[in-house]
Amino acid sequence: MRPDPIQRIDTAFFWEACARGEFVAQKCEPCNKLWHPPRPMCPDCHSLEKSVATLSGNAKVLSWVRQVRPASYGFQESPIVILVELEEGLRMVSNWIGETLPQIGDDVKVEFAPTSGGKAVPVFKKVSA
Amino acid sequence: MPAAHEQACIVGIGQTEFSKASGRSEQQLAAEAVLKACQDAGIDPKSIDGMLTFDLDNSDEVDIMRSLGCEAIKYTARLPQGGASSVSTIVHGKHAVEAGFCDVMVIWRAMNERSQYRFGQPHHSMSPDAHSSTFMEWCFPFGAQTPAAWEALSCGPYMHKFGVTSEDLGRIAVTFRKAAATNPAAWFYGKPITLDDHQSSRWIVEPTLRLLDCCQESDGGVAILITRADRAKDLKQVAVRILGAEYSMLFNHEIISDFYAGDLIRTENSESVADKLAVTAGLAPKETDVAMIYDNFTPQILRQLEGFKYCGIGEAKDYVADGHLELDGTTPLSPNGGLMGEGYIHGMNNITEGVRQIRGTAANQIKNAQTAFLASGVAGAIIGR
Ligand SMILES: [Zn+2]
Repeated sequence: MRPDPIQRIDTAFFWEACARGEFVAQKCEPCNKLWHPPRPMCPDCHSLEKSVATLSGNAKVLSWVRQVRPASYGFQESPIVILVELEEGLRMVSNWIGETLPQIGDDVKVEFAPTSGGKAVPVFKKVSA
Repeated sequence: MPAAHEQACIVGIGQTEFSKASGRSEQQLAAEAVLKACQDAGIDPKSIDGMLTFDLDNSDEVDIMRSLGCEAIKYTARLPQGGASSVSTIVHGKHAVEAGFCDVMVIWRAMNERSQYRFGQPHHSMSPDAHSSTFMEWCFPFGAQTPAAWEALSCGPYMHKFGVTSEDLGRIAVTFRKAAATNPAAWFYGKPITLDDHQSSRWIVEPTLRLLDCCQESDGGVAILITRADRAKDLKQVAVRILGAEYSMLFNHEIISDFYAGDLIRTENSESVADKLAVTAGLAPKETDVAMIYDNFTPQILRQLEGFKYCGIGEAKDYVADGHLELDGTTPLSPNGGLMGEGYIHGMNNITEGVRQIRGTAANQIKNAQTAFLASGVAGAIIGR
């Protein structure tokens, strides 16, 4: 089964939200900018004051791959990995959930997939036109 | 710009054989390569006073000193970012020597990455807080766990936009293996491949990278010696001057997992390096006689050809197909067979080949090679007589 996410002090909020079924990003309080991957300081205004913003979960597929050899560690079958651009402009690596192969440009919507230790990660499913 | 007599020069190169099972420790490979570089230059290893390697190298500076008998080290540094640091060592080596931090700088990289561990396999024991690995947090639980997977994911938008096919990539692999076939030091000496061989090689990462799109995993060691021109003139070899060496890492970019910045089409770090080199070295990468461009995976060649301005954006696949990279082409690529054909000592064996080309002693010698371009994505250097 899927390995648990590695968590660090500055990123735990993201994975904890996923475990609750919430899709979020780091938001800088003074300047309202969103950042992913999370980081301790806003690179624009250098504030340490952060909050957590809920995201729409709407995204577009920018790229996809499947790690064939070696197969993805911890998975029964190597999943389809996608790079998505979120509606809010952030990018993230995730997985494609679906029977068919993704196409670059496909519209997708977030869901959550469980991990071996009872946590969760965001994954994406195609939005039918 | 330093005065001519203060300019940093590569005066010695050394390497072990490149194999799949060296049968000895990484520390020994490092020591052997350093000794060979010293013998090549005619420098007593005891006089080495500067050391530079990768942060990923397992050989400790103290142990290298213990084997070589170096009397006193005045300068050491270790560089981040995996194979991207191969040409970064030349950037740092040049400036450290020219600034007088040390007089005899040795750069080394030694690895048993085939027999002792598998460099291209998932590093599931990696700590997310260890150096150079925080990006793993955002890839590992999604099954993107190898360099090949990260590379393919980051190249997807580029390949899609310009309709780059597997055959386009295959032509690059064929070029490397053709050169390796006539280089006795290459692992794939005497073993050229055809485009059909490439097309029938198994998938490593769908839908982008086949086995023959990937560099090797090799055991071996490489070392390079740098000193100033005024000292170099008394040594055994023709001094190879470092005419310019530049590094550029732009905001929010990563090395191989470069997903978060830019348009995923242009290779912005390399563009910045090319622009700076045109000023400091006084010539563009394309104007040099040989291109030694880091080839971990075939798409990297397309991206860097464009980043370092050998051709326009989206034109690299045609640049390759038109034969420019052949040994008799306008800008020959890696006459040693590159990391795919010769061996993968994390990029360092491409630097020693660049030096041999300038000396005129390479197995596949480019006629009248006066200058060579060394590149590893975020770093580039131009060397010459
Ligand atoms: Zn801010």
